[in-house]
Amino acid sequence: MSKLVLRNLSRRFGSFTAVDAIDLTLQEGEFVSLLGPSGCGKTTTLRMIAGFIPPTGGTIESDGVALSSPDAVTPPERRGMSMIFQSYAIWPNMTVAENVGFGLKLRKLPSEEVHRRTGEILEIVQMGHLAGRYPAELSGGQQQRVALARAIVVKPSVLLLDEPLSNLDANLREEMRFEIRRLHDEFRITTVYVTHDQAEAMVTSDRIAVMNAGKIEQVDAPFALYNRPRTRFVAGFIGRTNFLEARVHGGQLDLGGFALPAGVLNGHTPAAGQSVLLSVRPQSIALAREPGGDALSVPARIVEGAYLGEHWDYLVAPEGAGETKLRVTTLPSQRHQPGEQVWLRFDPDQMVPIA
Amino acid sequence: MLRRLSVIEPATLLWLLLVGALVVLVAWPVAELLVASFTAPRTGAWTLSNYAAAYGRARYVEALFNSLYLGAASAAICAVLAVPMAWACSRTDMPGRGFAWFTVLAAFIIPPYLGAVGWILLAGPNSGWINQAWVWLTGAEESLVNVYTFWGMAIVIALHSYPFIFIFTKSALDLVNSEMEDAANILGAGTWTTTLKITLPLVWPTILAGIILVFLETIALFGTPAIIGIPARINVVTTQLWQFFEHPVRAEVAAAYSMPLLLITAGLIGLQKLMLNRKGYVSQTGKGGERRMIKLGPWRWVLLAWCGFVCLLSVAAPMVALVQASFSRAWGRGFSLDNLTIKNYRYLLFEHDGAALAVVNTFVFSAAAATLAIFIALAIAYVVKRKLLPMGGALAFLCMAPFVIPGIVMAIGFYAAYAGPPLTLYGTAAMMILAFTARFLPIAYANGSAGVQMIHPEMEEAVRILGGGRLTAVKSVVIPLLKKALLGGWLLVFILATRELSAAIFLVGPETRTISVLLYDLSEEGNLEVLSALGGILLVITLVFVGTGMKLIGRDFMLRRGGE
Repeated sequence: MSKLVLRNLSRRFGSFTAVDAIDLTLQEGEFVSLLGPSGCGKTTTLRMIAGFIPPTGGTIESDGVALSSPDAVTPPERRGMSMIFQSYAIWPNMTVAENVGFGLKLRKLPSEEVHRRTGEILEIVQMGHLAGRYPAELSGGQQQRVALARAIVVKPSVLLLDEPLSNLDANLREEMRFEIRRLHDEFRITTVYVTHDQAEAMVTSDRIAVMNAGKIEQVDAPFALYNRPRTRFVAGFIGRTNFLEARVHGGQLDLGGFALPAGVLNGHTPAAGQSVLLSVRPQSIALAREPGGDALSVPARIVEGAYLGEHWDYLVAPEGAGETKLRVTTLPSQRHQPGEQVWLRFDPDQMVPIA
Repeated sequence: MLRRLSVIEPATLLWLLLVGALVVLVAWPVAELLVASFTAPRTGAWTLSNYAAAYGRARYVEALFNSLYLGAASAAICAVLAVPMAWACSRTDMPGRGFAWFTVLAAFIIPPYLGAVGWILLAGPNSGWINQAWVWLTGAEESLVNVYTFWGMAIVIALHSYPFIFIFTKSALDLVNSEMEDAANILGAGTWTTTLKITLPLVWPTILAGIILVFLETIALFGTPAIIGIPARINVVTTQLWQFFEHPVRAEVAAAYSMPLLLITAGLIGLQKLMLNRKGYVSQTGKGGERRMIKLGPWRWVLLAWCGFVCLLSVAAPMVALVQASFSRAWGRGFSLDNLTIKNYRYLLFEHDGAALAVVNTFVFSAAAATLAIFIALAIAYVVKRKLLPMGGALAFLCMAPFVIPGIVMAIGFYAAYAGPPLTLYGTAAMMILAFTARFLPIAYANGSAGVQMIHPEMEEAVRILGGGRLTAVKSVVIPLLKKALLGGWLLVFILATRELSAAIFLVGPETRTISVLLYDLSEEGNLEVLSALGGILLVITLVFVGTGMKLIGRDFMLRRGGE
């Protein structure tokens, strides 16, 4: 049975539709991210799952039991979930140990079990030596670990995270991404993770749901999402890409001034007279000083180049393509001057038709 | 469906409870005040005759104008006293800024009518210290100063109201970015030009707001006009209202007579809010950039002398005179060992047939009112800020309404609503406690509202998602986090209630007299030594609780909230 099911879930605020009829299903133990720009409805969705916001349409079910519908909402305290908040919401009037043990005490567990489990989880998040401290005496990263421990220790049916790393500095953020994934591998708690940072989502998640303007655009594993984006929004939001309008014309695939053989897009070739939009990642195009000798090699000229340390970022203009320019990235060792003649080589497997 | 009902029911109950409390404390007395002003006392018929009685005599109309003049005079004196002090403390390198701050704090916490008593001792005709010194120094026949005059009264009131303008002005000046002044300096303006053309105009709306507040405080004040104005035969609105309550009580005429006071207050508070909310002024510039203190050179000693002068007039001289008199057999004989006695205190505490009871009453009423006000205000603030119930805005409005109702008008409303049948609360402790609670509800609400605002809602959501209900969240997170703020609010209301006179004097019965009421009674008897001793007792109580508050909550806890 699916652990968590959102069915046709909607939320309106006045005339504004924050979440627009989304469907999402999580399996037991799965880690799913809601990824999107600010205002896309991801936090509203998360807060509906938590029970803080009632939906205006659709339902939320957990283990086959209805939790939320426009008519009835189980209050947050009876959902058996836990949550990590953007502000951490560590209670400043309690010590680290009291914060972490709070949920266990609410479950009326005997005090020695509260004590034991609190101690164990604090060791796991490497905070055991700070159990007696108050939150004001902790750094941001340490507060984050307390929030993690407090949420995990109660063994929630679903763990919800609301942009938990957005208040940390860059280095710490990177460290905590892996920490969150490590804890998930250890406890296998069904998790919904809200973020606007694609790297965060890709490191932590089994699957990512990309949201835009209240709708889910695509749900997929990170690899598929990057390599097989299905919409223009997803292709542009996850990583960088070139968009090319393709049209079949006299046996050739016309890409707006330059052309490739029509058969290269196995199975996706549009009918004559129709067009299709292709997403071509900058690193899927190879640059060479010599012609490749087949139809996939296209002459072009370097317009400008920027050195970014880990790679070169070139803007190139295919010959005869007019205004069309492409972003191409190469290895750091591959240097070209502006104006230089080069040959582009396309990889048909990495030219993805999108809706 | 069952679950929904069980969720809604306690909320509805809470809503009804809060609405009920606000109706009893605010809405009903105000409604009764209005109704009473249009009701003929015996027949109960609708009438305008109360208004005719209230404004039919020149003497009554004159009292209204006296109040307005007095308010304007005292506000103007306050501005003269306070603005230079505030500027010196905020923007300059004047030495002794801490001393100036202490002066303002002391002037603020001393009950205003104690200052009036002190000034009677200092500037009473013939026997006052200043006049005795004048006669002794110059051999003159005539007294130099007389507190029993219009200006005497205006100055005494101003000497205890200027902290309002000081606090308003200083906090606005603290927000003026030094770069505003630097920009004028770099274009060639000197220090004085900059101060007069840039700095003061920037804070002018705030100063004006402070002046309005002092004006309103003055026209609503009962203690000082009663102690000084009645012997001087200067009639103002509040003392005239008091006369309507002398036998035979004409509460409905008093109700009609109080309407202009109510309207002026409500109107000016509205105006003040408008001025403070204007965008583009100081409140918008915020802090930023480095703050540079103006170097005054020799002028800094002039400003310090001014602060010392204000301290002498508002705190040192009247309090020394009061304390000296309280320990004297006859205060006019000055400082000497054979004049020293504690019999005034002994008499009050052990022999006087009402003083000990008055002290106990003061403590009980003040503590009960503070507890009630803080509890109700916190509940409403929480409900409003967390949007738990519909119509939260209306609850907040009712809660803040007493802010625009002068205490004396509130008291007449309470009298009209609860003195007679069916409740017949006149002269009971309940009447006093309810009136004090209503009077200080806005302060308690501002306090509670600021506190709830500080707590991130996620703090409570974290409790709920872990399995605790709303009540658990309030108990384990909200209350512990607000402990300090609530204690500060409680102490503030308690201190203000211990000195409350203008509402108490109208509602008091033989068994419910408080220190402030007794003090007024003693002032009519004219025994200044015993009067001073009672003042001394009130002063000690005030200092103990203010000291406790400063120790627990911070040095400025009264000024910060009192100035709001």
